[in-house]
Amino acid sequence: MSKENVLKVENVTMQFGGVIAVDNLNLEVNQGEIVSLIGPNGAGKTTAFNVITGVYAPTNGAVYYKGSKIIENHPQGKMKKLYRGENPVMYTGHKVLAPTPDKITALGIARTFQNIRLFKSQTVFENILIAKHLRRTSNVFTATFRLNAKEEARMREEAEELLKIVDLTDVRDELATSLPYGKQRHLEIARALATQPELLLLDEPAAGMNPQETLELTEFIGRIRDEFGLTIFMIEHHMDLVMEISDRIYVLDFGKSIAEGNSEEIRSNPRVIEAYLGGAQDE
Amino acid sequence: MKKQTKIIWNVGLIAALLLLLFILEQVVPSSSMLFMVLKKGAIYALVAVSMNLLNGFTGLFSLGQAGFMLLGAYTYAILTIPVESRASVYQYFDGGIVQFAIPVPLALIAGGVVAAVFAFLIGLPVLRLKSDYLAIATLGFAEIIRAVFQWDKLGPLTNGSNLLRNFPTFQSVLYPFIVAGICIGLIVLLINSTYGRAFKAIRDDEIAAEAMGINLAHHKQLAFVISSFFAGVSGGLLAMYQTTIQASMFKSAMTYEILLIVVIGGIGSVTGSCIGSFLFIACSEWWLRFLDNSNLYIGDFHLSFMRPGFRKVVFSVIIMAIVLFYRKGLMGDREFSIEGARRFFQKHFKKKQAVEGGSSHE
Repeated sequence: MSKENVLKVENVTMQFGGVIAVDNLNLEVNQGEIVSLIGPNGAGKTTAFNVITGVYAPTNGAVYYKGSKIIENHPQGKMKKLYRGENPVMYTGHKVLAPTPDKITALGIARTFQNIRLFKSQTVFENILIAKHLRRTSNVFTATFRLNAKEEARMREEAEELLKIVDLTDVRDELATSLPYGKQRHLEIARALATQPELLLLDEPAAGMNPQETLELTEFIGRIRDEFGLTIFMIEHHMDLVMEISDRIYVLDFGKSIAEGNSEEIRSNPRVIEAYLGGAQDE
Repeated sequence: MKKQTKIIWNVGLIAALLLLLFILEQVVPSSSMLFMVLKKGAIYALVAVSMNLLNGFTGLFSLGQAGFMLLGAYTYAILTIPVESRASVYQYFDGGIVQFAIPVPLALIAGGVVAAVFAFLIGLPVLRLKSDYLAIATLGFAEIIRAVFQWDKLGPLTNGSNLLRNFPTFQSVLYPFIVAGICIGLIVLLINSTYGRAFKAIRDDEIAAEAMGINLAHHKQLAFVISSFFAGVSGGLLAMYQTTIQASMFKSAMTYEILLIVVIGGIGSVTGSCIGSFLFIACSEWWLRFLDNSNLYIGDFHLSFMRPGFRKVVFSVIIMAIVLFYRKGLMGDREFSIEGARRFFQKHFKKKQAVEGGSSHE
């Protein structure tokens, strides 16, 4: 570990019943990097994200954030017999750590979703404002009796600023779901930024975008990384985007990590080509 | 409109409403059905808004409202029956075990607090459930509470299945209006605060809300407890209005009435719940009364289908019609506001203004 790593996933296995969705995954994301996770459909990319963000407790393994362990589990109960993954006893005897997603977000890990999940009945501005709720200092009484007016004003100001950054000020009072697809993606990223993260997880940010929009998004992701001092870990299918901005790439296939490296290394890796094209090297 | 002008308008409107009620009370005989409707309407408006906070704003489908009202009503009654009349009220239980009385406002708040404490305890296991399952669990709770309060062994406290009476009541229609108004005002303040936004986020998308750092368990519990607190207060008011209470009053049918008000008014609209409440009470208790008259004639034709209870048939048909034609309730999830009303009138009188040579659009 030469550089300080922000996120470290260690021997994480996620098994649903008899299906191993993520198989002994190990990866590291360093400070300030943009790291991509790619792989064919059903490779377990989103499941890996869901483990990191606390949606699922992993069946086995641990996750570290900035050096401290935030998630840890080992096969328990029914899983004890069913477990087919690796390192079955490595984490037994340790304390089980399974925080809920809101605790993970509070630590400074924010995410977006593959199928956009905006607050439907709320305006663009309110969507961002809601995410500001996390860093409040007020309690329910001070908030009801407006004793938090200063904080409220600050929240609104910060939300306005984020709107400006994602260039949505002109539609601030529109319903979030009335925006075109590309803008909804931007709004979701802005909403994640409103929780003041240090690590941003993007789940297919360019899904459904045309080449022009993808180009803008590429530029946008690079810009927010620099502006907010973020570390970015993303799942993506658009190879142009991935190859363009990733410092490092992990390739996942059938839950297993099959390759790691920069875009050049990945492009020429025979195992990756095999995973994507299906046994091309046999010819 | 500026914020200040808005506040002035709203304060003026509330003052005008109270003044109107005050004048009505001087002019109209107090036995009129109007006052009955207004009093009960105000109380139901409060409980409907409290239910809306849970069902409409937080997205938790709970049917425990009657149970929490019962807790509030009983707490109020038990704490305010004057010491000297306890012997006659608790005649089968040697005057009961509570031998003191506290002032009315305190007792109303105590009613809310008791309901809130119960909500907290019930909420711990029950709020893990979602949608229909939550509704069934809370409905079950309300039914159990009702049964427990009628239990003979609790007689020294609850007077068993006998009536509680002789506690202080109100005469003026202003009383329930002011208490319910303050409570609804507090709920509106909450809804418009950062917590209210978090509640709406949970309603819209639980997964996204949690990913944005909103602690689901904590916020759901909070909404449940607050909603129950106000249901408890309205239970106390209902006790005052009814002058006597009995656990068997708080049937699940009562919860359905409140749910109906919320749905008719518009899920997610506070003003909708208030309007719905008055319309509902007026329709069910007052405006349709003439349908119960079995001696009604049009000319010489005897309307033989009219008999006591017929108004309920008509009432059900009206409800069905409303639900069919206003699928989102009267107000949807919008709120009544001065500005909204102005815009509404502007839209409808636009033609006239255009003829006069100018519209007042800013």
